[in-house]
Amino acid sequence: MKIWGMHMGKRRGKRLAKTGPLLLIAAPGILYLLMNNYLPMFGVFLAFKDYNYVKGIFGSDWNGFDNFRFLFKTHDAWVMTRNTLLYNAAFIVIGTIAAIFIAILIYELGEKRRVKLFQSALMLPNLFSWVVIGFIAYAFLNADTGFINNTLLKSFGAEPISWYSTPGPWPVILLITYLWKYVGYFSIVYIASIAGIDKSVYEAAQLDGASKMQQIMRVTLPLLKPTIVIMTLMAVGRIFYSDFGLFYQVPQNSGRLFEVTQTIDTYVYRGLMELHDVGMSAAAALYQSIVGFLLVMGANALVRRLDNENALF
Amino acid sequence: MKRPHNDVKRFQRFATAALAILAVFALLPILLIAIASVTDENVLVSSGYSFLPAKLSLDSYYYMVKQSQMILRAYGITISVTLLGTLGSVLLTTTLAYPMARPDFKYRNLLSFFVFFTMLFNGGVVSSYIMWTRVFAIKNTIWALIVPNYLVTAFNVFLVRNYYTNSIPHAMVESAQIDGAGELQIFFKIMLPMAVPTVATISLFTGMIYWNDWVNGLYFISDAKMYGLQNLLIRIMNNIQFLKVSSNTALLGTQNIDLPGSSVRMAMAMIGILPILILFPFVQKYFVKGVVLGAVKG
Repeated sequence: MKIWGMHMGKRRGKRLAKTGPLLLIAAPGILYLLMNNYLPMFGVFLAFKDYNYVKGIFGSDWNGFDNFRFLFKTHDAWVMTRNTLLYNAAFIVIGTIAAIFIAILIYELGEKRRVKLFQSALMLPNLFSWVVIGFIAYAFLNADTGFINNTLLKSFGAEPISWYSTPGPWPVILLITYLWKYVGYFSIVYIASIAGIDKSVYEAAQLDGASKMQQIMRVTLPLLKPTIVIMTLMAVGRIFYSDFGLFYQVPQNSGRLFEVTQTIDTYVYRGLMELHDVGMSAAAALYQSIVGFLLVMGANALVRRLDNENALF
Repeated sequence: MKRPHNDVKRFQRFATAALAILAVFALLPILLIAIASVTDENVLVSSGYSFLPAKLSLDSYYYMVKQSQMILRAYGITISVTLLGTLGSVLLTTTLAYPMARPDFKYRNLLSFFVFFTMLFNGGVVSSYIMWTRVFAIKNTIWALIVPNYLVTAFNVFLVRNYYTNSIPHAMVESAQIDGAGELQIFFKIMLPMAVPTVATISLFTGMIYWNDWVNGLYFISDAKMYGLQNLLIRIMNNIQFLKVSSNTALLGTQNIDLPGSSVRMAMAMIGILPILILFPFVQKYFVKGVVLGAVKG
């Protein structure tokens, strides 16, 4: 989606509208963005201060790059970066494959009522908040009353597992939760993309005797490639940002799991709200903003080279 | 030439079966908490959450009715926040997007970049938290649940701007101007009503964001009286856990009798998603349309 394009040419020769009234209409929105988005950009200098609640934003002492030095000396810095990147990479790869698989299945159903039914069922989890999903995960995982320990493991005669203090299975739990919430939602995009494929291509393939499977492998997937590439690059641009709710609500903020659940976003939250270490968490947040910025720019440059129409800018 | 046709039918049967299995997996977790919310507390304590409990009971819902003051209050806060937030968001987004779509507006590119840049870079959670709490003193007010983060997103602004650019001809503005209408009049009398399809889409998504939001509450609300539904849920999750820890040390062993904790927890989650479950069939169509609109062009 091209969202920021220059349209200089069109304007030539046209009378310009009065600036004042139009600017006035946009003013509330402009003010809001200044407040909500631009003002905090100037607040990033907090990362270079030894923040003190009493001394305040401007009164606190500068400490140069100390916050960053301390941050990157900690084991946490490595853990949160690794977790953020690896989880996102897994989500992108597995999520994309699953979404395309479902999109092809739904598209091939043909019959409208069935399409709507299955699509609704698969989309429904996307509408729930991470808090509610945390409750649902709890119903499965809770050590004493959880479904898995009490019903599943018992029927195999296995020992109950204290899920919220056993890090090992969490990468899988988080992946399943992620897929459960998002795959139906992501598949909508691919369904739309498949629906956009010229039907005559399939007719030609059928005349040549291509089976359904061959049509999917040789026609659908290759023609989906541009969408897949764009969607993936957009996700790569956001790979330094994690889904805060997934990593905070689903593991119930359990400290025993931090090694496998801590991401940059949960670290920043905990640093700020639980440890009150403003300097360190501001440093982590700025680290995320800057690397995130570079990644978005890089991803967009790539998209633009591949397919100018879909570049963000 | 009959083979391909059979092939299609066979693939459709396969797709139906595979999707049916996937749909079951998508819905079972929701069913589990629905059943858990009406399971007898003693059964829950002895055999846990299950799909086929030995005994059903509505105790959890009775308990919630008794505790209804707190729950109704949280519901009221969430409903007001959702309505105010969505209304505010629609007004701010459409008014910001409209001048960007006017080919005769001198600063349209500058304004577009101003909005767009917020997608590229942000100051991070820490400085925005310090700003909202220290500069605007927003903590523990209803504004903390409405104003930060969600009112205007660059994405929605561009969605509306594209709609104006592609679907509403500039000639309409010009003819209104000839009729002597001012810019404000043109916007509110013509442009806003004409944008109803996109406004419906962004309202739906923004409404969902406000209904489901717990992050603003987590950062800015410490006073339990100001909790919305989601933050009340977080509190209840933590509190019942706390009760369990205490009863293990045999200090508050009787507490479990008053409070059917395990089922109430799930009943609370159920009333949190009930409005979504009720509304979903009616808005599903628009939801799908909105996702497609946002992700791929055209």
